[in-house]
Amino acid sequence: MATLHIDGKTYEADPSKNLLEAALSAGLDLPYFCWHPALGSVGACRQCAVRQYRDENDKNGQIVMACMVPVTDGARISIADPEATEFRSSVVEWLMTNHPHDCPVCDEGGECHLQDMTVMTGHCSRSFRFKKRTFENQYLGPFLNHEMNRCIQCYRCVRFYNDYAGGHDLGAFASHNHVYFGRHEEGVLESEFSGNLAEVCPTGVFTDKTLKGHYSRKWDMQSAPSICNHCSVGCNTIASSRYGAVRRILNRYHHDINGYFLCDRGRYGYEHGNHPDRPSRPRLRSTKQSGLEPETTEVLAAIGSFLNEARGIAAIGSPRASLESNYALQALAGREAFSIGIAEASSAVLDALVAALREAPGGPASVRDIEHSDAVFVLGEDPSNTAPRIALALRQSVRQVSIKHAAAHRIPRWHDRAVRDLAQGRKGPLHSAWPAQTRLDEISKSAFCESPNAIAKLGFAVAQCIGEDSSSSSSADSPLQKQAKAIAADLLEAEQPLVVTGTALESEAIIDAARAVVSALAKAGKSTVRLAGIAAEANSIGAHLLQGQALESIVAKVMNGECDTLIVAENDLYRRLPHATVDALLDKLSKLIVIDCIPSSLTRHADAFLPAATIAESDGSLINCEGRGQRFFQALSPKENLHATWDWVGRIQVECQRSDTNPWPDLDTILAKMAADCPELAGIREAAPGAGFRIHNQKIPRSPRRFSGRTSILAHESVHEPKPPEDKDAAMSFSMEGSALQPPAALVSHYWSPGWNSAQALNKFQEEVGGPNRGGPPGLRLFPGGQNGRPHGSPSTESAATPDQLLAIPLYQVFGSDELSNHSAAVRERSEPLAFSLSAKTADRLGLADGDSLSLRIGEQKLTATVRLDPVMSENLIGIPVGLSDTPVTYLPLPAQANVCE
Amino acid sequence: MSLETHIARKNLAIHPKERRIILKHADRPDYDASIDCYLRNGGYDQQKKAFSMKPEEICQEVLDAGVRGRGGAGFPAGMKWKFLDRKSGKPIYLICNADESEPGTFKDRQIIHKDPHQLIEGMMISAFAIQAAQAFIYIREEMPYGAKILEEAIEEARAKNLLGDNILGSGYSCDLVVHRGAAAYICGEETGLIESLEGKRAYPRIKPPYFPAALGLYMCPTIVNNVETLCNVKHIIEMGGHAYAEIGKPGNTGTRIWSLSGHVRKPGYYELENGVHTYGDLINEFGGGLRDGRQLQAVIPGGSSAKVWRAGERFKGKLRSGEEFDWAIEDVPLDFDGPMAAGSMSGSGAVVVIDDSVDIVEVLANINAFYAHESCGQCTPCREGSLWMKKITTRMANGGAREEDTALLASIGDQIAGRTICAHGEACAWPTQSFVAKFQDKFLDKAKQDPEQLSKRDFRMV
Repeated sequence: MATLHIDGKTYEADPSKNLLEAALSAGLDLPYFCWHPALGSVGACRQCAVRQYRDENDKNGQIVMACMVPVTDGARISIADPEATEFRSSVVEWLMTNHPHDCPVCDEGGECHLQDMTVMTGHCSRSFRFKKRTFENQYLGPFLNHEMNRCIQCYRCVRFYNDYAGGHDLGAFASHNHVYFGRHEEGVLESEFSGNLAEVCPTGVFTDKTLKGHYSRKWDMQSAPSICNHCSVGCNTIASSRYGAVRRILNRYHHDINGYFLCDRGRYGYEHGNHPDRPSRPRLRSTKQSGLEPETTEVLAAIGSFLNEARGIAAIGSPRASLESNYALQALAGREAFSIGIAEASSAVLDALVAALREAPGGPASVRDIEHSDAVFVLGEDPSNTAPRIALALRQSVRQVSIKHAAAHRIPRWHDRAVRDLAQGRKGPLHSAWPAQTRLDEISKSAFCESPNAIAKLGFAVAQCIGEDSSSSSSADSPLQKQAKAIAADLLEAEQPLVVTGTALESEAIIDAARAVVSALAKAGKSTVRLAGIAAEANSIGAHLLQGQALESIVAKVMNGECDTLIVAENDLYRRLPHATVDALLDKLSKLIVIDCIPSSLTRHADAFLPAATIAESDGSLINCEGRGQRFFQALSPKENLHATWDWVGRIQVECQRSDTNPWPDLDTILAKMAADCPELAGIREAAPGAGFRIHNQKIPRSPRRFSGRTSILAHESVHEPKPPEDKDAAMSFSMEGSALQPPAALVSHYWSPGWNSAQALNKFQEEVGGPNRGGPPGLRLFPGGQNGRPHGSPSTESAATPDQLLAIPLYQVFGSDELSNHSAAVRERSEPLAFSLSAKTADRLGLADGDSLSLRIGEQKLTATVRLDPVMSENLIGIPVGLSDTPVTYLPLPAQANVCE
Repeated sequence: MSLETHIARKNLAIHPKERRIILKHADRPDYDASIDCYLRNGGYDQQKKAFSMKPEEICQEVLDAGVRGRGGAGFPAGMKWKFLDRKSGKPIYLICNADESEPGTFKDRQIIHKDPHQLIEGMMISAFAIQAAQAFIYIREEMPYGAKILEEAIEEARAKNLLGDNILGSGYSCDLVVHRGAAAYICGEETGLIESLEGKRAYPRIKPPYFPAALGLYMCPTIVNNVETLCNVKHIIEMGGHAYAEIGKPGNTGTRIWSLSGHVRKPGYYELENGVHTYGDLINEFGGGLRDGRQLQAVIPGGSSAKVWRAGERFKGKLRSGEEFDWAIEDVPLDFDGPMAAGSMSGSGAVVVIDDSVDIVEVLANINAFYAHESCGQCTPCREGSLWMKKITTRMANGGAREEDTALLASIGDQIAGRTICAHGEACAWPTQSFVAKFQDKFLDKAKQDPEQLSKRDFRMV
């Protein structure tokens, strides 16, 4: 640590940082625009000027830009220096010469970094008396608004979008006072990380378009810490609500997971809760004809009698439902009659993944570990589509080589442009193995595009090469061996090698191969090797730990008459089993009870339906693909008849007289019960403080202190202001009342600090700027790593496909393959229609061209779609996007043999 | 249109007091740009001589010659070469900065149009001296004919193995290519030029860590020199460094080509021995003095970004040699240090003479319009400040002057200078700072003028 003197006071500072970071970490207020903790410094805005003195005798010093000067031991600077202060005020005055004073109609108003900095510099009276510069705005797609007149040319947008996230279609155009940030022509921003621009932009150029559809000011929103449930990464979010609906999702900093950025699926998927067709009332089939809407009590009573009269009941939970909801169902139906709702094959793959994660040296890699890896082998995953935040981290991992290279030239990593330029486009090794083209191919050293079996073979071959330490290639090597040797060499040479795998190709062999690579590396002395896993859904890992039965065994129980009443929560069985199987199951059932928050194919068949609260409307826990248990909290207290699944199940328990009172009247109770029943999950209680937590005897407020309209917000219903809802589940209040002190990281509902109204107030919630959350990153990692449990696998033998037979493999779309976000209008707009991907050779053989229509028969099911040529796919493979909403067939047991229909 | 009609015209009336070294042949009626003509006049002899020397010896000669950069900053070229990072193992690049775009400067185009082989010879000697792997001429986009002439000359030289592979059997290889600029003033800034040459927006780089001698083109050690500077290298080899240093004055060696423009009878370019003549000589003797009945109002001594001198102003102080001075504009020595001692700079050697026929506010309005347009847009003070100053001076010129404008202009200028990424901040602030300080009365008067009358005047930006 270095000693830093700022305005006569002494501070400890990290010499690897710059003066701006040091000043902010010391808790001082120094304005800035172009610097960003994740993007580094470029010295463009000139806002963070301070005076630096050579030594204690230097009385003159000189004005420097704090973001461009490294911390040195004994450095003396002055923030309060009058000339520096005046200059900082001038910078804002200059920016204001063209910035429209449209704050009252600007979506950024009230959480605008430019507003904050303007106030901070003290600029208040303008001398500029000319017309302002104007631009034309562009249509950029369903996620972002564009209002270029507000631009202050800080260049953060292009630096994030292009340099950090690898985008190609946002640029800086023109020069001098007319620099324009946009696309070369109007159109949808292609990157799946575009939504971050709303947070990266220090003012209102890029703003959240979905928020605009139901706008509220930041200070008027009631927010809570939430977890993204649109993939397995478990990014931390802030869900904000007003007038009884979620208004937007913001990034919630988690040092080890999402850092500063989310993907667009996570940011915009929230609107599944605002879907116009969302079933929001309990329903009974028996009253459907009459058109009467039954009371909640009536429906619950009916469900009670269904269960009491049942010959046997079974429950099906879901990998997208919380741990608590799954546990509640398990408790209701018993272990033998409970399934987490995935097919046996998927369950076996998930089991292999969990075993791999348990075994992973040092525990499963976090997103942050992924970012810091310097050689990566992605085995059978397409992170850009299945876990986008991991793909963003992988884009940073290939930069590690340039950061190290810069360090050798004594260029610190925050000196962003210099670090990037110095590397001259050099990238660290990223090897990817996935049957089709991926968006990471452009940064990959090699891409192995073969069948799942071949991918597993490659993995085992790499493991063998590492074990034999025979990285020198010989001419006798097959192409696969050559590639394996090259990959092995890169992994062995790395300081922190990483293997990424997952369940996307439904192949146990691939996951076993990944395990083999990791253990070979560990044996070869690479103790730093890490493994990252990607699961299919937000709580796949957590649900799996409850050890339910495979879906097929529940079906068997129904078909053989053991059970006649089924309760299904947050799961559309038509996406899990062949249609015919589900139809047969439904025919056989006496009663079907469905609990869900979206309109699914299954809800139509329900004898009784209960509307579930969405993740933003409920409390619970999820376990992400890193094995980290995380808690989410209600951003709003939903309407009377919406409850979390676990809450509904508790009420059902009372109705069917299994319990006199609700067995889990609150979250802490069900957590305690779950901990008792499943010791492995006991730690989950530590993921966040319980409902009894208080700061000075006070709860944590969900709303900012400036929340307005509280007394009138429900005046159209009653002029009497109702009591705010009580929260028995969390240590948070549904109001602005409560402790003004900073809560533990797991309970942070909004970022605010005096003078910092924008999201940049986050600086004050970290141990140091860009560092860990204060008090440590929230959540609890359940897998410490190193637990051996599963025998080592070997590559399966490939069945020789006949020339006219095709192997259909599942492909994923970031917008389209996730069930929940498909119900969000903006995400839906970005999803692409069903198309089969195949190589030009295969298309040629079938006499097809790009855009032609093709019908396939897979098992019993027939599917027709257009053909899209994939430039890297190998012959005899055909990629079928899975999970799309607008297809007649929502479930296919892929990979599987496909036959072309005449 | 044929090339011939667009090349710079010959100046057939060379002033007897000029000392022509660089432009020795350029204006001879019988001299053309072909390699044959150049060879007939002793061309490429110095390259042969240089290739027989050791590269370090050439560098030492250039250092001994004390030749200072002719592009604007006046940094000794030999020193610049010395800073070159030779240990990195990366290729070294030589770039000729032919992006001559400072308003008032038109010297490099004379060399390029009339004696291109001199530049090529100077460059190949320099490339050999620094052991460059590749050399570039980055020429201003607005000089298409110059680019064509250079390209043809390079082909001629290549045919004679004066550049390319194994030059003259020496074992040294270096190719030379012409790269046309991106039509912006900022492309002439050393690091902006490098960015532009790399195919990016010409955003100047931040120093540290980007010193071109260590991290230049493609992050390799790079030397960027002006056209005139590189031509001088040929003559240094011819004369020897010490002999070259005899020309001019210590610290201001050699000759310089001055571009004289504005209200003089004979505007043009004059190659003069450094330190021998004064600004008075240049204006009155070489330039033929002012037009009849006109009084000198101001002189911009080194390109439009240099600080202005007001007629009648006196400069007092002490030279580095300890000698005290008390100069009028006419007494300031024509070299590097003279104008600097007088609070301005010789810059690119462009002297703009302004008589009393023009409104000084309009002059500044014109300069400001240029610099506001040429700001690259990277950093705030220059991007926003230059435009604001332009808007104020334009309004003042068009009859909307206000009393507070003068102080406002000064305060904007003061906040820009020294606080930007590159020197464009100074380039746009210095004119405003100096014009407003030295012609304060005229700027204040402007606010008192009848706007009706003024608005009838047709002020247009050039």
